[in-house]
Formats: sequence, C-alpha cells, structure tokens
Amino acid sequence: MIRLGLIDYGMGNLHSVQRAFERLGATVQPVQSGAEMEGCKALVLPGVGAFDPAMERLRQGGLAEAITAWCTAGRPLLGICLGLQLLFEASDEGEAAGLGLLKGRVRALPRRPGHPIPHMGWEPLVPANPSPLLPAGSAESWVYFVHSYAAEPSDPACNTALVRFADTAVSAAVWQGAIGACQFHPEKSGPHGEAILRRWLAWLAAL
Amino acid sequence: MVAKRIIPCLDVADGRVVKGVNFVGLRDAGDPVELACRYSAAGADELVFLDIAASHQGRGTLVELVQRTAEAVTIPFTVGGGISSVEGITALLRAGADKVSLNSSAVRDPELVARGAERFGCQCIVVAIDARARAGGGWDVYVKGGRENTGLDAVAWARQVVALGAGEILLTSMDGDGTQAGYALELTRAVADAVQVPVIASGGAGCIDHLAEALDPGPAGGHASAALLASLLHDGILSVEQIKTELLRRGLPIRPLASSC
Repeated sequence: MIRLGLIDYGMGNLHSVQRAFERLGATVQPVQSGAEMEGCKALVLPGVGAFDPAMERLRQGGLAEAITAWCTAGRPLLGICLGLQLLFEASDEGEAAGLGLLKGRVRALPRRPGHPIPHMGWEPLVPANPSPLLPAGSAESWVYFVHSYAAEPSDPACNTALVRFADTAVSAAVWQGAIGACQFHPEKSGPHGEAILRRWLAWLAAL
Repeated sequence: MVAKRIIPCLDVADGRVVKGVNFVGLRDAGDPVELACRYSAAGADELVFLDIAASHQGRGTLVELVQRTAEAVTIPFTVGGGISSVEGITALLRAGADKVSLNSSAVRDPELVARGAERFGCQCIVVAIDARARAGGGWDVYVKGGRENTGLDAVAWARQVVALGAGEILLTSMDGDGTQAGYALELTRAVADAVQVPVIASGGAGCIDHLAEALDPGPAGGHASAALLASLLHDGILSVEQIKTELLRRGLPIRPLASSC
C-alpha cells in the first residue's frame, strides 16, 4: 500500500484530498514537519487561499525547507491548485518568494468581459507534453477549476495540460522530473479527476 | 469557455432533506448524502445545501452532514444558512465543504466576507443575495427569507461584497422564486455585468427555456455562469440529463454527461 504524506499547513481542504486518495487505496498521513515525511512514498501539497500567507506558513513551520530537500533528492510530489502555484518562483498575487522548485512565475488571469474571475467550473483539458498524469492518447478529461492565477513555466515543455481561458490558453497541469501538479482539483472532478489520481498512484507504485 | 453549471439545491434541516425528492429507486428520500450522490452521478456540476433550520442545535448535525457528503461526493459543494462567524465558516470548510454561502450575516456584518476571504481565499466565499424588484426600477436586497427589506440596492450590494472578497454571487429573485415563470433576466444580467465574479441565477425556473435564457451570454440573456434548481429537479419535472442534453443541443457550453459516470 502506498503511503502519502499530505502536507498540512493550515491552508485548505485537506479532507477532500485525503478521502480521494483513500478511496483509491492509498494510506494518507497528514505531515506538519520534515520528520513526519519519513516513511512516505510521495508528498501531496494541497492548498486553497492566497500565495503569501501560504508561503509564510510553509516557511514558519520549516516545511518549505523540508519540501525543497525532498524534491531536490528527486522524490515525488504532487501539487494541487495553490499547491501548484507555490512550486514556482513568484506570483503576481503576492510579494513572497515561492518554493522555486519549478522555474517560472504565476500570473493573474487576463481580465476580459464575459469571462468571470475566479475561473470557476468545468473545462476539458487540452493535452500538452505527455506525463504520468496525462499519458499520450488519454481520453478527454473534464475537470473542475477554481483559480484567478495560472503558472507560466519558463520551460513550456513542463506543461502537461493547458486550459482555454478567454482568448488564450493557460497552464492546467505541469510535470518535471518527479514533480507533478494540477491547477484544477482532481479530488473534486468526478470520475475523470479520479482517473488522473489513479494514474499518478500507478506511476508511484512502479517506481 | 468554462462550462455553464447546473446546480441542484437541497434544503436541509437537522441533517435531513426537507422537501421530498422524486428519484426512482431511492432508499431514503430524506438522506442528503444519498441524494447528493445521485445528483452527482446524474451529471450535476456542483451542489448546494441550504440549512433552513439553522438552529443552534442543528449546527452539529450540519457539520456531520458535510463530513459524510465530503466522503461520498466527488464534485464541489456549497453550504449555506445561518453562518455568522469565521468560526462557523472554519467548521464547515474543515468538515469538507468547498464553499460557504453567506446571506443575512453578510448584510449585518459585511466585514465577515472580508475576514472569510482573507482566511480561506475568495473562492470559498459565496454571497447569497435575495432581491426583489423595487417600484420605479432597480432591485432591493431582502433578508429573513424575503420578509425584510434592507433598503440596499442589489447591484450596488453585489459590487460591494465582491470588493470585500466574495468569489461568487448566488442571486435569487424573490419575485420569481417558486413561480416557475422564468429567471429574472434583467436582474441577473444587471448583477452579472456589474461584477467580475461568476453569478449563479436562482428563482423561477419552470422549463429548459428558462435555463437557456439565464445562461445566455447574448444581449437579452441573463449572463449567468450557473443555474440553481430545486423543485423542478426534486419533483421530477426535469432531470439533469434532460437539461444538459438540451442545453448542449442549443450550443451552450456544458460538461457532457459522459464525464459524470
């Protein structure tokens, strides 16, 4: 059985993420420190809310350092929503430095009449570079988004999925090395979201 | 364009659904969790639970209901009714709700919207506005189930709560509610055009045409991002499947049913 460390830093709805993985047979252990990460196969970094308070909480508890050490050792991590944005270097939303595990910046979605922000609701993913989350030839995935910012990876090859917004397309999921992340909420995306989480768990199991 | 959302609303009191629901083969028509699962599998895009008892005694039951729902349902859901403090918001979000909806408490204490958004992000904070047409034009905001006129202008109030941090507006026309005569298109459009955040149209749905009108982005449409439905679905007059199939056929962006099961 795969043991996941779910990073608990007081930002967001751990409950739904935990239940989603448990439904798929994983063991989920909330972690509040680097020491608690021992024995975990992978980390999950969830999060809803604002960038600066989230980074502040990660840094206060020493979690930022522990996550950085974990990822630089090449161990797997999945970021979700704000958890994706925190992996980048900086965000339009705040002043704080991000974890910087992925190169690039998080940018505000463009304001266009008729395109409400937050970008809230269901969209089909536009496949980009194949990854364990979205292998080549995956069936169309409709997933649930709620966000006002989107990452802009320095290396566009990081994008494993995009989503259309107004007259453009923005990053919906990224993958680099052993780090994956979704801007959408796979734990709230019905059977399609569940399929994405299941693929990630299968990839972990094969490591 | 992000898909227009179809959102069933369940009225609950003391952990039970208040109005009966006409679903074939339901084991327990009063169990909100079983109904939530059924609507989710039927293609609902989100769910809203409205606690209409909102008694002190009922709060614990509501938190427990939210926990059970979060364990079983894999689509987002909002909980509203009687939430009047950051502690109340915290309890429901921690239990697994994705959003909370504030109504009269936001009128009493607008800063509650700001405090909730600051703590949890604006995407968690829905402000519900009950509006009624004012003689001479415009709409007033009502509280206490439409019994008390606050004197606030609905469009101005929507702008104000969004500036404070509301991430979504749940707009109910008290004139239309229960009439099945159609959503209040002019009101919905006025609010949707006044704010940047998504607006959920509520009150008055009687047929699929009404839904199409409320969600229509054209000059005569309601410009809403989502439509809330209660008795039309619960009474079995229309199913989520019928609604989505027909709205797709009419060219509206809708999440296909196949992605729900």
